[in-house]
Amino acid sequence: MGGRTTLALIVAVAALGAVAPAPAVAQERFITVSSTTSTENSGLFRHLLPLFRAATGIEARVVALGTGQALDMGRRGDADVVFVHDKAKELVMLEEGWFVGRRDVMVNDFVLAGPRSDPARIAGLRDAGAALRRIYDARSPFASRADRSGTHAAEVRLWQAAGIDIASQKGPWYRETGSGMGATLNIASAMNAYALADRGTWLSFRNRGELAVLLEGDLRLFNQYGVMLVNPAKHPHVKQALGMQFIEWLVSAEGQRAIAEYRIGGEPLFFPNAAR
Amino acid sequence: MRGAFSEALGLIGSFDPGLAGIIVLSLEVSLSAVLLASAIGLPLGAALAVARFPGRRAVIVALNALMGLPPVVVGLAVYLLLSRAGPLGELGLLFTPVAMVIAQTLLVLPIIAALARQAIEDAWSEYEEQLRSLGVGEFDAALTLLWDIRFSLLTAVLAGLGRASAEVGAVMIVGGNIDGVTRVMTTAIALETSKGDLPLALALGMVLIAIVLALNAAAFLLKEAAQRRYG
Amino acid sequence: MNRGSILPLRLEGVCFGAGGRAIIEGVSVELEAGSSTIILGANGAGKSLLMRLCHGLLAPTAGAVRWSAAERPGAARRQAMVFQRPVMLRRSALANVTYALARANVPRAERERLALEALESAGLLSLAKRPARVLSGGEQQRLALARAWALHPEVLFLDEPTASLDPGATREIENVIKAFDAAGTKIVMATHNLGQARRIGDEVLFLHQGRLVERAPVERFFSQPESAEAKAFIRGELPWAVGRLSH
Repeated sequence: MGGRTTLALIVAVAALGAVAPAPAVAQERFITVSSTTSTENSGLFRHLLPLFRAATGIEARVVALGTGQALDMGRRGDADVVFVHDKAKELVMLEEGWFVGRRDVMVNDFVLAGPRSDPARIAGLRDAGAALRRIYDARSPFASRADRSGTHAAEVRLWQAAGIDIASQKGPWYRETGSGMGATLNIASAMNAYALADRGTWLSFRNRGELAVLLEGDLRLFNQYGVMLVNPAKHPHVKQALGMQFIEWLVSAEGQRAIAEYRIGGEPLFFPNAAR
Repeated sequence: MRGAFSEALGLIGSFDPGLAGIIVLSLEVSLSAVLLASAIGLPLGAALAVARFPGRRAVIVALNALMGLPPVVVGLAVYLLLSRAGPLGELGLLFTPVAMVIAQTLLVLPIIAALARQAIEDAWSEYEEQLRSLGVGEFDAALTLLWDIRFSLLTAVLAGLGRASAEVGAVMIVGGNIDGVTRVMTTAIALETSKGDLPLALALGMVLIAIVLALNAAAFLLKEAAQRRYG
Repeated sequence: MNRGSILPLRLEGVCFGAGGRAIIEGVSVELEAGSSTIILGANGAGKSLLMRLCHGLLAPTAGAVRWSAAERPGAARRQAMVFQRPVMLRRSALANVTYALARANVPRAERERLALEALESAGLLSLAKRPARVLSGGEQQRLALARAWALHPEVLFLDEPTASLDPGATREIENVIKAFDAAGTKIVMATHNLGQARRIGDEVLFLHQGRLVERAPVERFFSQPESAEAKAFIRGELPWAVGRLSH
């Protein structure tokens, strides 16, 4: 023990660092894709990306953030491709020239979950707006992400559709968690509150307690995913060719089929709708 | 709780390759950061302990304060440096393990330097007269002391390792928690928590704690053996 | 003496004060080669401080410490010091001595040989590979002596080197010191052990409250002390011996 052993230990650790597979840092054929946490949490990428790599040899590295952050990452040029679900914002930034080559890829939907006891009596309704109206009228507890995510934006739009300006009309019944989808569902489960959740997170959520899906299928609950290339004119370092391959694969027959095949517990999550 | 514990054991026992990859990456990043921070921080702390210059006390206070740097702030700063829009964007280091090592090194450096400074200053009061009598210059004395109290310095290094392996803010921001590329134990735990899979998150946490415990136990035994040998 | 010897050492009006208090006042003396000098005095008289001023660890607040030749930086120091408590690095006894030799830029090939010689002269050859810090107090102090002497300094300062040791260890240290003295090194030792002073010293510098009060050859100091302070000191240390010291 002592000097020589210490030295040997240090060399061993350094060797471990050098030899252990440095994950594809040396490999050039990769792209950075910014996407959202709810997409990542659904497990879709675990399913899709190996298929993409097998088809093209390209490794797609996904950084999952909130929608706003993901788009911002693209604007700053820290990603090559952006894959989010806020069509309104996407189109604005496309217009501003930050992105090019946008394609619709797929839709998924939100579900309105709540306690089985359903104090606001929304089960059986088809209109999400009407359901929210009933929740508001009954002042039933409602858990909101309140984190400026795509899901939160969709929730706010639904309140507006119900004629409610939630920002000014909320009360103690409206719980703003400021958290991700899983954390918000945890809180809803603990409080027996209603919540709007993307189907992917709902299907993987293991802590349901008394919660169940009470309303689904309203067209307004559908969520359009789009993919865009970061504009090489603004950021010359963008991997244009590789990025376009990713986009083209997503909208190709093969990619669209891969999306449709993804299931959680036997249920499909995403519905491919790329225009031919 | 018990479910999480058995899930943790199940994870370890099944040698899940995904988990193995995450553990290896966590160790690589944190150990590299600690090695780098030690290489810089130990001589820095020693020099600060031994040298006398105007403003020395202000530097010591600042260094001590930097021990409490919030990881997320360091992550943000490094992100801005390495982002394409930033000064070092050309290097393309963002979202790689290298960026994570850089961030953690910056985080851990003040801890190691400040603790080393304290240890060496304490030793200096014992050794100073004798070393100066032998004609040893300040810089030389600093290095001599570094080597002489090396096993006490191990505590400083372990403090740094603890910080590095426990933090999530810095590596999340500069690494991006990319599956298979920059996902480490702490970011994996954060992810599973946000997905609502608390048992898995807890299980991963137990695995992480077990690893850090093992490292500390090994270091402690090493130190004991050395002290028995060298007095 | 040799060309470029650092002796004689001249102290000219050396003063040292701290916190507004004068601890050493106006010490002027010339230390020459050849004789062993004992610095004697009660605790608090300023012996340790004076030694450190001579050795260069402290700078006087007034007055000057002048060696007869300047020491070249990077060359072996020509004066060394042994402290009351030995300070050893966490290495073997041999390594502690080679460390000092390395600092004096002695060529690597020479270091081990010189270090072993020094250890032998202090009777420590058998302990050369032992970790220095596990040696006994007496052994460590002998090691400090060996380390100091390995560079063959012209002057060896010793600050109460046996104050913390038992009589057996004390005798061993004194023997080593006498051997160095015989080999030509000037010994300057602070002590308050009168027997030790007589065994080792040729002359005595007596300090009282920071002043040099008396200087005399060792036998004359003890048999016929001139100053009142010296008389009181000897009486205090050996109350039965006043007037019966001329043996």
